[in-house]
Amino acid sequence: MASGKAVDAVYKAKIPAAASKLRELYYMAHFMHSHAAHFYALAAPDFVVGPDAPPAERNILGLIGKVGLDLGREVIRQREITQLVQQMVGGRATHPVWNLPGGVSRALSSENLETIKGFVPGLVAFGELGLKLFDDLVLANKAYLDLILGDGYELVTNYMGLVDDRDRVTFYDGTVRVVDSEGVEIDRYGESEYAEHVAEHVEPYSYLKFPYLKKLGWQGFKEGKGTSLYQAAPLARLNAASGMATPKAQAAYEKMYATFGGKPVHKLMAHHWARLIELLYAAERLAELVADPEILDPNVRVIPSATPSEGVGIIEAPRGTLTHHYATDERGIVTKANLIVGTTNNNAPISMAVKKAAQKFIGAGGEVAEGLLNRVEMAFRIFDPCFSCATHSLPGHMPLIIELKNGAGETIRTISRS
Amino acid sequence: MTDEGERERIMTFEPRIVGFLCNWCTYTGADLAGTARVKYSPNVRSIRVMCSGRVDPVFILTALAEGADGVLIGGCHPGDCHYQEGNYKALRRHLLLRRILPEYGIEPERVRLEWVSASEGERFGRVVDEFTEQIRALGPLKLEESILESMKNDVMHESGTPTHTTGV
Amino acid sequence: MKLKIGIYWGAACGGCDVAILDTHEKILEIAEAADIFFWPIAMDFKYDDVRAMPDGHLDAVFYSGAIRNSENEEIALLLRGKAKAMIALGACAHIGGIPGLSNMFTREDTLRRAYIESESTDNPGGVLPSERTVNDGNELELPRFYNTVKTLSQVVDVDYTIPGCPPASMQIYSAIGLIADGMLPKKGSVIGAGDRALCDECARTKSEKKITKIYRTHEKLPDFETCLLEQGFICLGPATRSGCGSRCIKSGVPCRGCYGPLDGITDQGLKMLSALASVIDGKEEQEINATLDTVAAPLTTLHRFSLASSIPRRKKV
Ligand code: SF4
Ligand code: SF4
Ligand code: SF4
Ligand code: FES
Repeated sequence: MASGKAVDAVYKAKIPAAASKLRELYYMAHFMHSHAAHFYALAAPDFVVGPDAPPAERNILGLIGKVGLDLGREVIRQREITQLVQQMVGGRATHPVWNLPGGVSRALSSENLETIKGFVPGLVAFGELGLKLFDDLVLANKAYLDLILGDGYELVTNYMGLVDDRDRVTFYDGTVRVVDSEGVEIDRYGESEYAEHVAEHVEPYSYLKFPYLKKLGWQGFKEGKGTSLYQAAPLARLNAASGMATPKAQAAYEKMYATFGGKPVHKLMAHHWARLIELLYAAERLAELVADPEILDPNVRVIPSATPSEGVGIIEAPRGTLTHHYATDERGIVTKANLIVGTTNNNAPISMAVKKAAQKFIGAGGEVAEGLLNRVEMAFRIFDPCFSCATHSLPGHMPLIIELKNGAGETIRTISRS
Repeated sequence: MTDEGERERIMTFEPRIVGFLCNWCTYTGADLAGTARVKYSPNVRSIRVMCSGRVDPVFILTALAEGADGVLIGGCHPGDCHYQEGNYKALRRHLLLRRILPEYGIEPERVRLEWVSASEGERFGRVVDEFTEQIRALGPLKLEESILESMKNDVMHESGTPTHTTGV
Repeated sequence: MKLKIGIYWGAACGGCDVAILDTHEKILEIAEAADIFFWPIAMDFKYDDVRAMPDGHLDAVFYSGAIRNSENEEIALLLRGKAKAMIALGACAHIGGIPGLSNMFTREDTLRRAYIESESTDNPGGVLPSERTVNDGNELELPRFYNTVKTLSQVVDVDYTIPGCPPASMQIYSAIGLIADGMLPKKGSVIGAGDRALCDECARTKSEKKITKIYRTHEKLPDFETCLLEQGFICLGPATRSGCGSRCIKSGVPCRGCYGPLDGITDQGLKMLSALASVIDGKEEQEINATLDTVAAPLTTLHRFSLASSIPRRKKV
């Protein structure tokens, strides 16, 4: 989607309204599928099956074993529908091909629209289901609640997200807004200005760069007020916005902030909660889009006439603000590209969250609980498994080695994930 | 490399050229050049094909990848192809292939398409001489070596000294 | 006996893993037929768990992604040893896929662009990621970033291939069925796809029309009835294996070739070059060249997914 917007900009094409609504419709389904996969397959097993369960159970299948096959089937079914919606709108669920400079290659057929309309109630209910599960299984469980509210998973940074004209959370198009650790707006930019606002620091031990707010400068891995680091991703988007643009998601948004007693929230586990609120928002927004008569407008493409040159597209990817920037020759062949992908934004926060979790869960006496490694990894799974994209396809996984050292600096135990 | 070394290299470099020659015209032309004792460079290894239209671009790239410095394709003059359209097809492929070669970093001049009839023995000799000199001037292609060279550091382990020290 | 399978991603986008998840309800059947012993995107097994397995422990390993760095290669070798059947899943593992396009550049080009030159990078010291770094007395290692992207079969022996970017999910499912039933065809086969060219299953009408101008997808509105190649779009259908259900073509977008070449074809892009040459009009050099002038970036257009498996594999350095 970001590349689609970037190539529109490269060709200075103003796309028809229906094209932009179709892209957003596709994208809402995509968000639902991605958030559902992230929550149910990656995050929920830690909570529902338990952070100390063996890896063979601590996964989506173990989750289904725990919550029951019917519920498991329902999750699978609704996720399937979101993929189907993407296919009906964009031709393919993964790597849609219908996005072209100037719009999309194919209008939505009325039969497909009717089918999607039939899915809507189920999808909205699915959005609500996630929050209900979170209430019942996570918030109602004192141990998990403590895990969320405790300071093991807390990080004070700035927050970034795309907002609409009323500063509400939006995914496909808007302005990037950044608030500081107290919720005060400190930056705002449009697509073409991104490089004046965000910069990326390089460390020799990582293929993944470390973005920060340019006007505050690189200050190292420092949290707290005044830091130049920011988080993107669900909680950051909610922190950076004034609210949600759909009613049910707005109610859930208010409930979350009421629970934490104010905004912004710095508790990292709240990313999962925010993810579920966004899932519900995507379902409601999908419903709005299919109810819009313009969605069937056959005029979905313009043939760009300007000479292509350079353009930037920004969207909210499920894992954070996604920027694509291309420069081309006069034939439109890309000569340069620059991407800041969702997870990259969170690189420094992820590193710090992992470190803090390690410090917190390794007791003062060097006591190592068995679920320690997983508790540390949970800090990582808050954000993403998707390191390969963020590093432009470099390393495919995250090795994790914890060396426990005693006061004298001697290594007393090494635990590794490799 | 010094100018002298460069000259030396060109002087001693004997281009290896693969010729895909149409049975009905160029191959017979080459035969004629032989029987008529036309003198020309011995650098072309000829392969007889039934028609220039039969020369798959895969043959050409394979020849280049496996050590040829140039490839000559010989076909019947326009209008004379035994199979009517084979040489036109060859021409279109050739012109398209010439456009991808530079993207691979291969000089397009290394691949040449010529129409030589069965009676043009002498012309065949001239074409070969000219092409050989052209390839000599371009120097060896060494495609396979360059590919292997490009992967020589693509190895899994290498113990080395740390290149950076940093404290954050 | 339940099957034992492993799933891994090298230089991949995760789309192939999503394609496995997209078997939807069938994933439960898969879980019934097979125990998954390793699947980094969805399960928490570690490399050490794999190292501890005896050789040939896994009935099948599905490897998606290209070989971009030393870790991708190391794990490919490790899994090869543990697998009875090594399966290349998706275009990246099969023919290099989109990552293979970086064989148009060198390692240095890529690192310089990403870590020094890019518009948002702030790196006055010119620091590059380094395979070994000492930080506070700890040595940190990174996998080596390769100069040349390789396909899976260029580094290990591959038994079967499931093509596509991503593969159609139901074909992954049926491939697992083949394994479960012990019905795998002969080694080296492509499974989960057709054995004819995509054109053979494409519903568009074809005539013998010749073309004099090539259009890129954004330059003209196609009709939905006639062959896209004949409308002047470069559609890789003639050189691409069927099996995807013509999903792009049905959306009005030409095939870019993600299902890879047909059996016996060494170079998909060159095969397409021949096919394109046969539909271009003209007998005179000049008029043919006028048409060819409208082909933008021919090498990478014809080898969009298959550059790393093309005959030269990469741009000459
Ligand atoms: S084949 Fe396609 S979907 Fe699969 S990993 Fe490669 S890019 Fe992703
Ligand atoms: S070239 Fe493309 S559009 Fe034409 S028949 Fe083949 S697959 Fe269909
Ligand atoms: S039409 Fe071509 S590019 Fe599209 S999915 Fe099928 S094989 Fe892949
Ligand atoms: S027969 Fe000689 S070129 Fe066709």
